Amino acid sequence: MGDIMKKQIQGILIGAAVAVGLSGFAGVASAQDMIYKAGDRQSGYMYAAKETQAIQDDDLGNPAYIWVDEGEALWTKVDGKAGKSCATCHGAESAMLTDVGTRYPVYNAKLGKMQSLEQKINEERQEKMGAKPYKWESKQMLSLTVYMRNGSRGKPMNVSIDGPAAKFFEAGKKFFNQRRGQLDMACKHCHEDGAGMMIRANMLSEGQSNGFPTYRLKWQKPGSIHRRFRGCNKQVRAKPYGYGSDEYVNLELFVAWRGRGLSVETPAVRN
Amino acid sequence: MAKARVKVPRSVKKGQVFEVKSLVSHKMETGLRKNKKTGKKIPRDIINKFTVNYGGKEVFSADWHPAVSANPYTSFFVKAGASGPMILKWTDDAGKVTEKTVKINVSG
Repeated sequence: MGDIMKKQIQGILIGAAVAVGLSGFAGVASAQDMIYKAGDRQSGYMYAAKETQAIQDDDLGNPAYIWVDEGEALWTKVDGKAGKSCATCHGAESAMLTDVGTRYPVYNAKLGKMQSLEQKINEERQEKMGAKPYKWESKQMLSLTVYMRNGSRGKPMNVSIDGPAAKFFEAGKKFFNQRRGQLDMACKHCHEDGAGMMIRANMLSEGQSNGFPTYRLKWQKPGSIHRRFRGCNKQVRAKPYGYGSDEYVNLELFVAWRGRGLSVETPAVRN
Repeated sequence: MAKARVKVPRSVKKGQVFEVKSLVSHKMETGLRKNKKTGKKIPRDIINKFTVNYGGKEVFSADWHPAVSANPYTSFFVKAGASGPMILKWTDDAGKVTEKTVKINVSG
């Protein structure tokens, strides 16, 4: 043990433990090019504690990179009856991977509605690969979405809300502003009027989606934006909608538009 | 599933003190949680021992307890001796071992 100068372990008690564990090792080159503020909008990063920011800034300290590695392996893994992988059609170093995280959800003419990245992955798995769809919060789905959005890290969020998407954008906007649940609260009450204020011990953020799927220290793993929506809905004592429900996909579109111009941060780290 | 990520400098000078950063994927089940449906305790399954071997001897070791988070991150400092492999080993309660070897390049 003579050669050890210092040992640092990141414990479950995120306050002091992490502050010690990560002091002084932030500042990866890419972290400096990130846009955390765009107009009047701020990423959840700005509302996070600096210890939490430090975990996100260090690609090795950020535990979600285990999922990025896993997703990279899944991208080239052959699955299903057609004997194909994602990379068979898209290529291992697809250009699509450099902006896919900024665009979703997109309008799908065949379905006549908006489609999230998760739904697109499952559509391609079933139709092109002849493989079983992944479950929404499964390890595989999270790994693949984290990997795909990570490729767009640093690029500004830029969803299309005109043309056929306009109707769904309005539906998402309505959802955001509509009161619900026993507490009779809308998304906007916390995330627009209350951003920056404390809700008990937690700082309310603007509810931006640019870091999703986000590694939440509370969850101890990454989770999708729909998981977050469900959590929020439960907290105002409303019955949550299902993963991948139309309501949430429309809301995802509106929330992504709200964060337009903010860098994709996937996988972000939050408390 | 247990995967590890380790980062060391590309090359170090002899005698230099360098940092090793490591991250291992593990659910770190504390043994204190109950299954919500059955009410039974979920048995403990954590990484209880982390050891690092370099230059033929143990240069770092840690005993971990249930308060360590899932996917634990560890960083520590080591003094460079000779070029060679550094072997990081995580052992969990089930006896499963995750091992990762990185090469240490010592110049001068």
